[in-house]
Amino acid sequence: MSRIQTTFATLKQQGKTALIPYITAGDPHPKHTVNLMHTLVKNGADMIELGVPFSDPMADGPVIQRASERALVHKVGLTAVLDMVKEFRQTNQTTPIVLMGYANPIEAIGPTVFADRAKAADVDGVITVDYPPEECGEFVKELRARDIDPVFLLSPTTEPKRVELIVNQASGFVYYVSLKGVTGAANLDIVEVSARVASIRQQTNLPVGVGFGIRDAATAKATAAIADAVVVGSRMVQEIEASNDDNLLENVAALMKELKTAVDAA
Amino acid sequence: MQLYDMPDARGHFGQFGGTFVAETLVEALDELRVMYEKYRHDPEFLAEYAYDLKHFVGRPSPIYHAKRLSDQIGGAQIFLKREDLNHTGAHKINNTIGQALLAKRMGKPRVIAETGAGQHGVATATIAARLGLECVVYMGSEDVKRQAPNVFRMKLLGATVVPVESGSKTLKDALNEAMRDWVTNVHNTFYIIGTVAGPHPYPMMVRDFQAVIGVEAKEQMMEMAGRQPDAVVACVGGGSNAMGIFYPYIDVPNVRLIGVEAAGHGIETGMHAAPLTANSPVGVLHGNRTYLMQDADGQIIETHSVSAGLDYPGVGPEHAWLKDIKRAEYVAITDDEAMSAFHNLCRTEGIIPALESSHALAHAQKMAKTMSKDQIVLVNLSGRGDKDINTVAKLANITL
Repeated sequence: MSRIQTTFATLKQQGKTALIPYITAGDPHPKHTVNLMHTLVKNGADMIELGVPFSDPMADGPVIQRASERALVHKVGLTAVLDMVKEFRQTNQTTPIVLMGYANPIEAIGPTVFADRAKAADVDGVITVDYPPEECGEFVKELRARDIDPVFLLSPTTEPKRVELIVNQASGFVYYVSLKGVTGAANLDIVEVSARVASIRQQTNLPVGVGFGIRDAATAKATAAIADAVVVGSRMVQEIEASNDDNLLENVAALMKELKTAVDAA
Repeated sequence: MQLYDMPDARGHFGQFGGTFVAETLVEALDELRVMYEKYRHDPEFLAEYAYDLKHFVGRPSPIYHAKRLSDQIGGAQIFLKREDLNHTGAHKINNTIGQALLAKRMGKPRVIAETGAGQHGVATATIAARLGLECVVYMGSEDVKRQAPNVFRMKLLGATVVPVESGSKTLKDALNEAMRDWVTNVHNTFYIIGTVAGPHPYPMMVRDFQAVIGVEAKEQMMEMAGRQPDAVVACVGGGSNAMGIFYPYIDVPNVRLIGVEAAGHGIETGMHAAPLTANSPVGVLHGNRTYLMQDADGQIIETHSVSAGLDYPGVGPEHAWLKDIKRAEYVAITDDEAMSAFHNLCRTEGIIPALESSHALAHAQKMAKTMSKDQIVLVNLSGRGDKDINTVAKLANITL
């Protein structure tokens, strides 16, 4: 069983929902990233989504876009991100790490080399925003051959027929994007999300994570009640953006605790 | 009948093209693909499009034999396809009309566009005004400063111009921002992409709407010269004017197709916008796979060209394909060479060309010199240079 599968199985036994924070690797500075990852775990992260900075993050809103820009000032690319995962693994062998990014950095080294390096760094899953299943057959094969889970996004506009196509390629979990629009957009409609998640569950046994629009304890709790995992991205990155070197870990820890309490209370 | 039959059903030109987008956009692109398939051969749609091209744009655009220029060069005869004479001053309007008519049929009351130099933005704002559609144009904040007259033109036409502050603040960032808008407002919004890039069906659709250039040219060359040219030359940023004139010629034997990229300060300096000439690696950006200027980490690098319309790190996937199958050749012209061709056309022929088109002119002059007087080079004069007078004056240290 992969780390991701083990994590979901354990949480299920405990009747709990996973909390998955997202941070962009290298934001606000590469020296902080591994410490931030450990802080996230210490304060309740069941899994970490680690963003790979990209020069043209088309599917992201301004918050995560700025995080990418801060990281790119320090030239944090795929190689540097994989080194951070390796460093994290020196003291943590249990928390799954899912990379989230865009196709071009993978294209630049090719899917085989990427999969080899991700495996060597002990990455557990990969979300590639602009690789829809129709365009990434070979990539998915390379990942699965190395027991790395290809995680796909489902959106409010994804038709049931496409959901089937996607869940057939995916493993680990699927990630339901609860809003139209880019990351960090407003207003989560929990009733609609709940109906969509229920319908996705009819088509797959994979755990369903929900993200986009979860910004506080209340939305985290409401989402946790209907999903297998709650993903918090822009809100986490906002906290990082608003912090300085001295209070960064402390602020992130406080936010994580608040979210964890909410998710566990669902 | 065309033998050349690209792209495939999912928008691939060999390894290039495709639909590399976030899941949120897949349904919108499916809808667009289906609707475009429905209307691309629909007689009523095509008649409406043809009517606007004739009466609103002023087509067909003439072909002009640049005799004084040809004599000065002393080689092949240079003919110009006069897209600069179109309403709004460039070829861009051919495509915006097609897409806006499609938007109307799809019941989308709002259109958005990205623009670099502002020509595509103006062409979109123009047709939006004519059809009564709401129009929002995204433009890099650097370009907003450089192209103030076009920003004002768009506003006069009732469009909202949104300056984009992210990334390099130029065309590619405007495209990113337009994509973000589309993801968010997909239910009521049609995204009018200005070049033969983006996800399928855009590269094909924009090519089809621009192909009127080549279709006319083939007829006009027979009337004027009794034969087809030895070479067709066009500038390539994303590559829409080039695809427009190349496409109908792809199956015509013995007509060389030559795309001219922007060499900026010189390919060797790295400060250029010529991914094909510089043999840039293959990558994925803005929804398609193509040759892309990027660093070893796969980050897109900043480009340079004196002409904002060519200042783009990628190139339409069909150009990547035509390069690989060797049906078209790609070369690059520096800022200085383009400027010199710009001034030369002004003075020999009384035509002020766009800086983009000046790249094609510069290469045409170079190659004409090596050819005989009975040979013909047809240049796509994709736009007029009125929009560039500030840039040209600034380079000459003249304050207007």
